[in-house]
Amino acid sequence: MQHSRGAPGQPRTVAYLYLAPALLVFGCFMAWPLLRAVWLSLFEWDGLSVGTWVGLGNYVDVLTDPQLRAPFVHSLVLVVFFSALPIVAGMVLAGLMSRARLRGSGFFRTVIFLPQVVAMVVVAIAWRDIYAPEGSINDALSAVGLDGLARAWLGEPSFALMAVGLVGTWVGTGLCMVLFLAGLAKVPRELYESATLDGAGPLRQFLAVGLPALRGELAVAMTLTLVAALRTFDLVYVMTDGGPGRSTRVPSYEVYRWSLEEGKVGYGVTIALLLTAAILLLTIGINRVAEGDRR
Amino acid sequence: MIPRLRRTGLLALAATALLVVTACAPGSGGDDAKKEPASDVETDVAGAGDVTLTVWDQEVRSGQDKPLEELNAAFMDTYPNVTIKRVSRSFTDLQKQLRLAITGDDAPDVVQANNARADMGAFVKAGLLRSLEPYAGAYGWEDRFPDTVRSVVSYSEDGQTFGEGNLYGLPLTGELVGVWYNKAKLADLGIEPPQTLADFEAALDQAKQAGEIPIQFGNLDQWPGIHEWGFAQNQFVPRDEIRNLGFGQEGSSWTTDENTAAAEAITGWADKGYFTKGFNGLGYDPSWQAFVKGDGVFLVSGTWLLADLSAGLKDDLGFMLPPVGETGDLAVTGSTGLPFSITEASENPDVAAAYLDFITSEDAMAKISAAGGLPVVDLEAQQPSGTQAEVFDAWSTASSEDALVPYLDWATPDATDVVPTEVQQLLGGDRSVDDFLGALEDDYSSFTGG
Repeated sequence: MQHSRGAPGQPRTVAYLYLAPALLVFGCFMAWPLLRAVWLSLFEWDGLSVGTWVGLGNYVDVLTDPQLRAPFVHSLVLVVFFSALPIVAGMVLAGLMSRARLRGSGFFRTVIFLPQVVAMVVVAIAWRDIYAPEGSINDALSAVGLDGLARAWLGEPSFALMAVGLVGTWVGTGLCMVLFLAGLAKVPRELYESATLDGAGPLRQFLAVGLPALRGELAVAMTLTLVAALRTFDLVYVMTDGGPGRSTRVPSYEVYRWSLEEGKVGYGVTIALLLTAAILLLTIGINRVAEGDRR
Repeated sequence: MIPRLRRTGLLALAATALLVVTACAPGSGGDDAKKEPASDVETDVAGAGDVTLTVWDQEVRSGQDKPLEELNAAFMDTYPNVTIKRVSRSFTDLQKQLRLAITGDDAPDVVQANNARADMGAFVKAGLLRSLEPYAGAYGWEDRFPDTVRSVVSYSEDGQTFGEGNLYGLPLTGELVGVWYNKAKLADLGIEPPQTLADFEAALDQAKQAGEIPIQFGNLDQWPGIHEWGFAQNQFVPRDEIRNLGFGQEGSSWTTDENTAAAEAITGWADKGYFTKGFNGLGYDPSWQAFVKGDGVFLVSGTWLLADLSAGLKDDLGFMLPPVGETGDLAVTGSTGLPFSITEASENPDVAAAYLDFITSEDAMAKISAAGGLPVVDLEAQQPSGTQAEVFDAWSTASSEDALVPYLDWATPDATDVVPTEVQQLLGGDRSVDDFLGALEDDYSSFTGG
């Protein structure tokens, strides 16, 4: 056996054997489909007859289609609801829970995290009922005399996207809170004690001691929630079908619509690939920034 | 670092090369062995040897599932050499999976495909469905099905022309979009079922005054709007004009005075609060369920709701054709249930054709009627009662007066998307009548090239 070829510390060839199962699974279910998708995006294909080679035509079309701009803008709006709001809310909740010794905090933690455990389709169906014209929100509004505010939340273009977004906030907050709680738990008690001795109040303590410790968790939370926001499909599909009109259509919904309903598979796949690339770049960017100081 | 980079580069290159070598244009898969022309039609099933027929259908609702189950069993009893492998899926699931299944190596023999251009039309264009013309002669289907029924399952061989050409499928049931009404509520209001547009609008106004929901309507799912809009159009636009638009044939236009009047009428109903409050945010199922519970005097929807609505409202449920409006002629959106077609890939088209003949026979129609459905033909042979009888009468009247007009989303490949989203915006007050008709006209004229 000759292992001495490589420099000391270099991986040995046998390492690939250990990696083989994972590589095989990755290759079959990730890499190959991705390559196939790239291949499909070069064709104009209805999914039924033989496709026609169009080269980069689909990419040009997707990037210049004014109809596709709105869905991408919608997904940016969703980023606020899926990512920004849950991170802020999760941070506040974690800050409160880690410091205050309140009775039943375990219970509250579970309740806030619960939406994460429920399947998205179930969440969507439940919220569809809550937002219905005769649903619980409108009932609650009229119970306190605010009938004027009651409306068909999913039926009005100016409210539907926000209504869908708030469901994302509701789902995402629990995840962010649990992540931040875990992060805060690492902070040694002594740090807080010395901060108290220095005369820092609870808010000051959180900003000076807790927050800096959360850098890593923040990056994870941002990555997860951003990806969730940008690839949202199930909520929109179940709750509004992209409506009213086209006001809640998002890129993933367009992928589905073009490839499966309109019979323009190449076009739909191209949108999917560009969306994948955008998400990948964003996540890389976030991780660069988060790890920037550590190197 | 450099060697590793080079290795990854090589790997990527190899992968691309592999892809280029193994892949060809999507959809070209395998050898295109042309099936022998079906000129020699063989109607003898017993002599066909052991055959397995795979059938994909969407008859999953109780009223539709039972008769088909019985018919399949009866077919296998009659021909013990045939085994039927039935695969049932809901309508929406079937629509999505059919595209993949029908192009696969193991395509089913018989499939239920939607009549629309986006479905049956696309399949015909891609050469995936078999023309049933040779069998129509052998089994006498021209006599069994009237012209109106055959036209909605006919396409030209290239899939371009809808409504004429070859026969590509056979339907089992009929479908009408009419007016369901709550008899008890009408009686309370002292109104007779309105036969004219003027009476209908008067009834809506009276119901509104009495604090009722005049028309129960839920449009969150977008597609119900097609039926509501079609219902309004029926009363203002001449039938032939609607047919031209619905089949996507040249020579018509959406931006006519009649269509404008129809669009203004339906927006007027919305503005006057004749529809359920917040209808664009209410789902289709919750909407008809509310109607069953007594919310709403009228409900504009299809005969497919017969079983569900009568289970709740019993004798209080009534059904009628759309009122006659400005045109002076009865027009009603209607068609057949989804037709059963034979795939080009089927290895036993003769047996499949015999199966189609069997499930559309007189005996089959009787079974569908007995299960509470609306059989597409042979209505006079059945003895329906109650609301089912009213539905039967409506279908007979519509057929004999040549009043059936197609669904508006059949028109063009994009209509399934354009029509419901535009209707939703028109009714929500986010589109003017002109912009609405303009959008429909754009889609129609860019398809017909007119």
